[in-house]
Amino acid sequence: MKKEEVPQDSDNLHEGTFKQIMYAVDNSGNYVQVQSAGWEPENIALDQAWEEVNEKVKAARARVEAGEISPVAYYMEKNLMDLALLANYVGKFQWQVKKHMKPGVFKKLSPKMLQRYADAFKVSVTELLQIK
Amino acid sequence: MSNSIFQHKQTAHCESGVISNLLGHQGLQISEPMAFGIGAGIFFGHLPFVKVNGVPGTTYRIWPGAIFQRVCKRLGVKMESEKFSTPEKGMLALDKVVAAGIPVGLQSSVYYLPYFPPSYRFHFNAHNLVVYGKQEDQYLVSDPVMDTVTTIDPESLSQARFAKGFPAPKGKMYYPVHVPAKVSLEKPIQEGIAQACHFMLKVPLPMFGVKGIRFLAKRVANYATNPGDRKATLYLGNIIRMQEEIGTGGAGFRFLYAAFLQEASVVLKNNQLSKLAGELTQTGDLWRNFAFAAGRVCKSRSTSDVSYKELSEMLMACAASEEAFFRKLAQVKF
Repeated sequence: MKKEEVPQDSDNLHEGTFKQIMYAVDNSGNYVQVQSAGWEPENIALDQAWEEVNEKVKAARARVEAGEISPVAYYMEKNLMDLALLANYVGKFQWQVKKHMKPGVFKKLSPKMLQRYADAFKVSVTELLQIK
Repeated sequence: MSNSIFQHKQTAHCESGVISNLLGHQGLQISEPMAFGIGAGIFFGHLPFVKVNGVPGTTYRIWPGAIFQRVCKRLGVKMESEKFSTPEKGMLALDKVVAAGIPVGLQSSVYYLPYFPPSYRFHFNAHNLVVYGKQEDQYLVSDPVMDTVTTIDPESLSQARFAKGFPAPKGKMYYPVHVPAKVSLEKPIQEGIAQACHFMLKVPLPMFGVKGIRFLAKRVANYATNPGDRKATLYLGNIIRMQEEIGTGGAGFRFLYAAFLQEASVVLKNNQLSKLAGELTQTGDLWRNFAFAAGRVCKSRSTSDVSYKELSEMLMACAASEEAFFRKLAQVKF
């Protein structure tokens, strides 16, 4: 990659300010550091990853509203977590967290357990009980 | 002494960047490419069974922490490295060292670093940064992939250092306690090159090194049917992201390694290395072409078998080019 070929495809994901370093060859063939504002293929891939996250969050929200799953499942998606990671954060087994995703079980959770979920998701218990 | 002047230099990759910045502070000037090369950072691996959010992992560099260990060992640097059982202990220990004026390297999760744009904040737990002071309850941060120095509040830093998941940082902090006044780079460079060639050519598993690139190529050829549909483009997107996202310098670290070879050729007065640097630049360009084509496929959400077959062939070409390159590199006589 030549110095002038270093991509400068900025998009809103970078918020216009974040520039990374790339190594590229100058006219005399020496490697130099050049700042890049982003590159199209990377932007596409990143966009796509977020689209996937947003769709999962949307689907989870709809299911919470329909009373099929508890807010735990919604906030897990919203925080880009999977079952293993969430279980790790609240100090429970995965099968226990899975049970807490059932609305009936969730309703009976102790205040202490609710607080643990709220901490893991960085929200208040009120927000945990009533998704916005 | 909590505000020792720390020279922040922006780098492409966090681990080699932190090494370069920390050692530079102690008077040992090692460029980022040199740290990456001595630490034999270049690698390839495709792990279909290790999934992150349901997508198979691909890596273009050696596992986190390896570059660090190797550089310290080869240059005779002694590091103090600690992990902690609780955030309270970890933050207290950090405060103590920072108060003594020592810049500290920290392992952290990108997800909890508020100074990154939200779109980059995924649960990636092996990010390295330097804390070099504390002012009015804010930690002064030199994050090697950031343009300039920044600050972070104690709560976010604590969350980032004690994030759960794999690999759990457990508050890991490290700083040099002994840095030799003078180092000779010749032998460390040679050892680094020999190790990189070994990892790229000789690991007896199909997922790693040049073999790993071919392994991935074969799987990509069938992506239209397995995993098929939406997932195929997600899989592909992840290959691009690992190759091009922050910290790769573009082309999956290949240009970074070429820059190392160029520097090494000057140190060792060996023209062959600078010639090989030129060859690796061409391989890096092949990787970039692949990413560009793969990006197009992702964007069009193509499920056509033909496009995946073409991408597979491009990967095969990358593999052939890397194999030829590393075989020549392994033959270089010093």
